Amino acid sequence: MAFSLLAPKPVGAVGQSGGVRSILGTIVRYTVLVIAAILFLLPYYLILRNGLSSEKDITSPDWTFFPSSIHWENITELFTDPSVPMAGAMLNSALIAVVQTFGQLLLGSMAGYGLARIPYKHANKIFYAVLVTLMIPSAVTFVPSFVLVSSLGWVSDLRGLIIPGLFSGFVAFLFRQFFLNFPIELEDAARVDGLSYWGTFWRIVFPNSLQFYAAIAVITFIAAWNSFLWPLVIGQDPSSWTVQVALSTFITAQTINLHEVFLGAAVSILPLVLVFLFLQRYLVEGVAQTGIKG
Amino acid sequence: MSGTQTTSAVPAAGSAGRASSASPRKRRVRGTTGAFWLFVGPFLLGLAIFIYVPIVWSLVLSFFRAQNTVVPDVFVGVKNYVDMLTDSAFLGSLWTFTLFGIFIVPTTYVIALGLAVLINRARFARAFFRSAIFIPAACSYVVGALVWKLSIFNGVRFGLANTLLGMFGIDPVAWLSGTGDFPWYWPVVVTARLWLQVGFYMILLLAGLQQIPNNLYEAAYVDGAKPGWQTFIHVTLPGLRTTSVAVLILLLINAYQAFDEFYNLLGNVPYARPPLVYLYYTALGAAQDYGHGSAGALILSLIIAIVTIFQARVLGFGKAD
Repeated sequence: MAFSLLAPKPVGAVGQSGGVRSILGTIVRYTVLVIAAILFLLPYYLILRNGLSSEKDITSPDWTFFPSSIHWENITELFTDPSVPMAGAMLNSALIAVVQTFGQLLLGSMAGYGLARIPYKHANKIFYAVLVTLMIPSAVTFVPSFVLVSSLGWVSDLRGLIIPGLFSGFVAFLFRQFFLNFPIELEDAARVDGLSYWGTFWRIVFPNSLQFYAAIAVITFIAAWNSFLWPLVIGQDPSSWTVQVALSTFITAQTINLHEVFLGAAVSILPLVLVFLFLQRYLVEGVAQTGIKG
Repeated sequence: MSGTQTTSAVPAAGSAGRASSASPRKRRVRGTTGAFWLFVGPFLLGLAIFIYVPIVWSLVLSFFRAQNTVVPDVFVGVKNYVDMLTDSAFLGSLWTFTLFGIFIVPTTYVIALGLAVLINRARFARAFFRSAIFIPAACSYVVGALVWKLSIFNGVRFGLANTLLGMFGIDPVAWLSGTGDFPWYWPVVVTARLWLQVGFYMILLLAGLQQIPNNLYEAAYVDGAKPGWQTFIHVTLPGLRTTSVAVLILLLINAYQAFDEFYNLLGNVPYARPPLVYLYYTALGAAQDYGHGSAGALILSLIIAIVTIFQARVLGFGKAD
């Protein structure tokens, strides 16, 4: 099914019999779609509009769709305001998301390959041990995980934010399923040529699985960038805030500078919008792959 | 079985990917046990430390008094569990979010399915509509809550919803305050969640729709099923069975685990407080009560597990189509 979503598949002759009813149906369908698209895109517009407006335009009792003027200088204001650690938060988020994506893919794909391809008498038991972790809702383990991380002294520390998130049973599971379907003839040929499992994996299997890696990477990156509960629990000192925690602090603050909050939100979603625009095919494929778990 | 081979293989792990150009000497790692642990070992070690140990620790803590300390203090037996199960705030949040799940699951499913069907049938601008509805799925729940709270459902006059209501001469609504006769916060949290999650499930259902073989539609047509509703009931819905079951189970699990948008929209309010927000304030708030927090987390896990299994049974998960 890889990338089948990308090629529009016409429904065919069935259900498209001509006539006035069909034309009417098309009009109704497109009307619904246009309204839905407007509603789904509107919040993005509001973020941009408010982020680049003056405070007066945002809070004006006579709300207008377009602000009276656009204030690009809000951007420099956001990053130079000492009371708002936005630049540092962006850096933390980027570091966490990149390292976790690489870590989860490296460790998860290796484990998945081992479980799928290397015969070992306890492999089944180990696979079940990995499966069990999928049944446990990750959000529910935050209390004990916090207890562990705080006893390691990793609170408000990048290690505490990153390391516990490097091991995803779900990523390992997905890679195992994927490698089970990898053409075994290729691997057998490599093994006959004298490559070890290690060599076979890195020289044959990995280079031929890059699309799958990309799909999982996009999903992992977005999840890591957007995660909130764990960074909120661990990132207690402002220097260890991620963008999400910084924005959350904004929202609940007593006095807020609305245009800064919205511009901060715009900046925080920018990397994801770029991922979305340029890597959408991998994103769609990743969602289709990971959907069973989410 | 292969102690020597294991040690010869392990150093390669340290130098990661580039080790693929390893010397010929390492080529014949025949010891499969060593190779297995080389691949699975690092991952399993992390899983043990950061998943299994916390779970066991939490089980231990839940039987102890542990306040302001992460070390079990005094053994109290099942007292923490009894306390949580008689705590009206905790029970209330479990009940509220069961109802929330019962509402949000079908709503999301129906809207996502409707949009998927429309997009699947669209003959032009299909990529645009798919992207427009999918793109909120890339937005964080924090940002979603931010826009909903500070712009759309801002309780003051300049909030977008209140501006619209004002056009009809209706007074501004204090959406999130919890005051007034009607729980106005529900439309806020429901629409926020719909905006954030519909696109994701729409993509899943769209993938499911495209896996239904075209000849099933043709056969239905030959059998006299009218295109439209009849075909949808007799071909499309059964064809989507596997995807639908996965989507419904996922949605309910996610509803029980709601945290991000509720924390940011409402904070620690007695109404519309999800179990996780309550546990967050129990364990990490002023009381730092890890004993009760752990007991509550385990109760919530158990409920999610039971509901998932029950739902999977009812919906027949795993049955071949």
